[in-house]
Amino acid sequence: MKKQAIINVKNLVARYGDDLILKDISFDVFEGEILVVLGSSGCGKSTLLRHMIGLDRPFSGNIMIEGEDITSSDDSHFNALKKIGVLFQSSALFGSMTVAENIALPIQEYSGLSKSSIANLVRMKLCMVNLDGYENYLPSEISGGMKKRAGLARALALNPKILFLDEPTAGLDPVSSAEIDELILLINKSIGATIVIVTHALDSILNIAQRIIMLDKKTKSIIAEGDPRYLKDNSQNVSVRQFFNRKAKSRI
Amino acid sequence: MMKSEQLSSRFYEISEKEKGKISILLKGKIDIKNSAHILKKLTPAIKGNSLSSLVIDLGEVDYLDDFGALVLLEIKHLVAEQKAKFNVVNVKDNIKEILSLVNFESHEYFVPLKKYKPPNILVDLGETAIQHTDNIRFFISFLGSVILSFIHVCIHPKDLRINDTITYMKKTGVDALPIVALISFLLGLVMAFMSSLQLQQFGANIYVASLVSIAMVSELGPIMTAIVVAGRSGSAFAAEIGSMKISEEIDALFTMGFNPTIFLAVPRIIACIIVVPLLTLFSDVFAISGGLLVGVFMLDLSTTSYINQTIKTLTLFEVMWGMGKSFVFAAIVAWIGCLRGFQTRGGADSVGNAATSAVVSSIFLIILFDSIFAVLRSFW
Ligand SMILES: Nc1ncnc2c1ncn2[C@@H]1O[C@H](COP(=O)(O)OP(=O)(O)OP(=O)(O)O)[C@@H](O)[C@H]1O
Ligand SMILES: [Mg+2]
Repeated sequence: MKKQAIINVKNLVARYGDDLILKDISFDVFEGEILVVLGSSGCGKSTLLRHMIGLDRPFSGNIMIEGEDITSSDDSHFNALKKIGVLFQSSALFGSMTVAENIALPIQEYSGLSKSSIANLVRMKLCMVNLDGYENYLPSEISGGMKKRAGLARALALNPKILFLDEPTAGLDPVSSAEIDELILLINKSIGATIVIVTHALDSILNIAQRIIMLDKKTKSIIAEGDPRYLKDNSQNVSVRQFFNRKAKSRI
Repeated sequence: MMKSEQLSSRFYEISEKEKGKISILLKGKIDIKNSAHILKKLTPAIKGNSLSSLVIDLGEVDYLDDFGALVLLEIKHLVAEQKAKFNVVNVKDNIKEILSLVNFESHEYFVPLKKYKPPNILVDLGETAIQHTDNIRFFISFLGSVILSFIHVCIHPKDLRINDTITYMKKTGVDALPIVALISFLLGLVMAFMSSLQLQQFGANIYVASLVSIAMVSELGPIMTAIVVAGRSGSAFAAEIGSMKISEEIDALFTMGFNPTIFLAVPRIIACIIVVPLLTLFSDVFAISGGLLVGVFMLDLSTTSYINQTIKTLTLFEVMWGMGKSFVFAAIVAWIGCLRGFQTRGGADSVGNAATSAVVSSIFLIILFDSIFAVLRSFW
C-alpha cells in the first residue's frame, strides 16, 4: 500500500546570501511516517527544516504541504502553519513566560477551553514529557534538557498533524532520550502525526526512523534515502556507512 | 431536573437509568475541535444532578488525544465534588496508552498547584528590601570593579581593547553628531528668539548673544548632549551587555580568563569620556550659530558684533567648566549603561528593562550631578 505524500519538496535550492546551502533537493514525506533528516554538522539540516516550515523562502523550488504550495502566498503559508508544530534547535521558549504559559499560549488561542481546563491540559502535556511540577518555572530557571522537553510539549500543544523536531534529544541523558523516543513513537501511533526529525543520535535513529534522508555538506544534496537499518550495512556510499558505524573520516 | 430523557449529540449520549446513576456514551473523535464544546454541554448536565455514580463508556470512541483525556478528567473532578462513584469502561488499548501517558489515574490532579509567589505583603516587602540592598551592593561593587579595571588598564595599557574602543567612539560620537547638531541648532534658535522678545524691549539686543552662549556652554550643551548619548548609547550598552549576559556569553568570557569589566565596560566608558566632551563642543558651536541666525536676520545685529559679543562673554573657565561637566556626565552614562547590562537576569524582557532603566537612571543622575555642580560653583 503506497501511502499518500503529505509534504512534497520539489527542486529546493536554499541560499543564505551568496552561500549555496542546498542544491536542488526533492523528496516526499508520507502521511503518518517518521522521517529522520541526518547529516554532518553544518550540512543544512536546520536550514532544510526552516524552509519546509516556510520560515525561510527558497531561492527556487517549491514546498507543498497537503497539496498547498506554502511558497506561493502568505495565506497558504498561514494555513499550513496551523497544521504544524515545531521544536526549534534552541527550544525558543518565551523567556518572559513560565513553562506553563508557554504551552498554554497556543491552546488559549485555538481551543476555547476554560482557564482551569487549560491548566489541567498543560499539566497533562508536561506529564507526557516528564516535566510535571515545573509549570511555574521560567525558562531561565530550568536546565537545557528540560528546555528541550518543554519546547517539545509546546510543539505538541495543539496535537498538530505534522511535527518538526530539530534535535529533540540533544543534551538529554540516555534515559530521558529513550523516553522521548518512546513518546515520539507513541504520538506517531496514537495521534497519527507525521513527524520529521533532525537528530544525530544513532540509536534513536535506528529505533524510531521509518525512513531517513541523509544530506551531504560537499554535494549539498541528498546522498542516501531509505530504511536506516538497511543502509547501515548495505549503502554504496562510504560516508553513509561511516555515519552509521561511527567511524571518523581518515585524515590522510 | 433530568428524568429518564436522553441528552445527546453527535459526540455523546447521556442516559439516566436509575435516579442518580448516569452513564455517558462518548462517540467518534474527541480532540481539540470538540472538547471545549463537549465540556460546556456536559458540565451543567452533571452539576444539575444529585449523583450517586457516573459511568463513561468509551466503546464508540475511535480517537482520543489529550484534549479528550481532559474531558474525562474534568468530568472526574465534577463527579468527585459530588462524592459520587466514577468509572470509565470499554477503554481500548490505544486510548489506555494515552491515558497512562498523561498520568490520568494520578491523584495529583486534585491537588491545586502551589502558588508561585505567596500574596503576602510582608514577604513582598522583605523581598523588595533584600532586592534593593543587593542592588546597592552591586552598584558599589561594580563601581569598585570599574575603578580597579581602570587602574589595571593604566598600568597595562596593552590590555585595553583598542579596536573596540575606537568602534564605540564612532558609534557614540560620530554617529550621534547629526542629531546633536540639529537639536543644539534648534535650541540655540529658539533660545535666541525667546530672549530677544524680552531684551528687545530694552534695546538690549546684543545681549542675546551673551545669553545664548553662556547658557549653552555652561549648562544646556553638556546636559543636552549627555541626554542624547544616554538615549542612543547608554541604552544600547545595557541591551548589548544584557543579552550577552542572559545567553551566558559573559560567563564564557569569564571562563576564558577575561575580566568582563575590562573586556566590555572599560572600552565603552573610555570611548564615552573621550567623545562626549567633543560632542558637547560641537553642540555649543551649533547652538551659537543658531542664535547667530536669529540675531542677524531678526535683530539687525551684524555677524561681527554678534561673534565679538559671544567671545567677550565666554571665558576659558566657562568653556572648561562645561567640558568638565560633560566629562562627568559621559562617565555616568556609560557606567550606568554597563551596570544595567551586567545586572540583567532572566529572559528577553529583562534586556528591555535594562535598556529602559539605563536611560532613566542616567537622566536622573545627570540632573542630580548638574545640581551638585551648580551648588559647588556658588561656593567657588
Ligand atoms: N542565518 C544564516 N545566515 C547565513 N548562513 C547561515 C545561516 N544559518 C545557517 N547558515 C549556514 O548554513 C549552513 C547550514 O546550517 P544549518 O544550521 O542548517 O546546519 P545543521 O545541519 O542544522 O547543523 P547542526 O547539526 O550543527 O545543527 C552552515 O554552513 C551555516 O553557516
Ligand atoms: Mg541544526
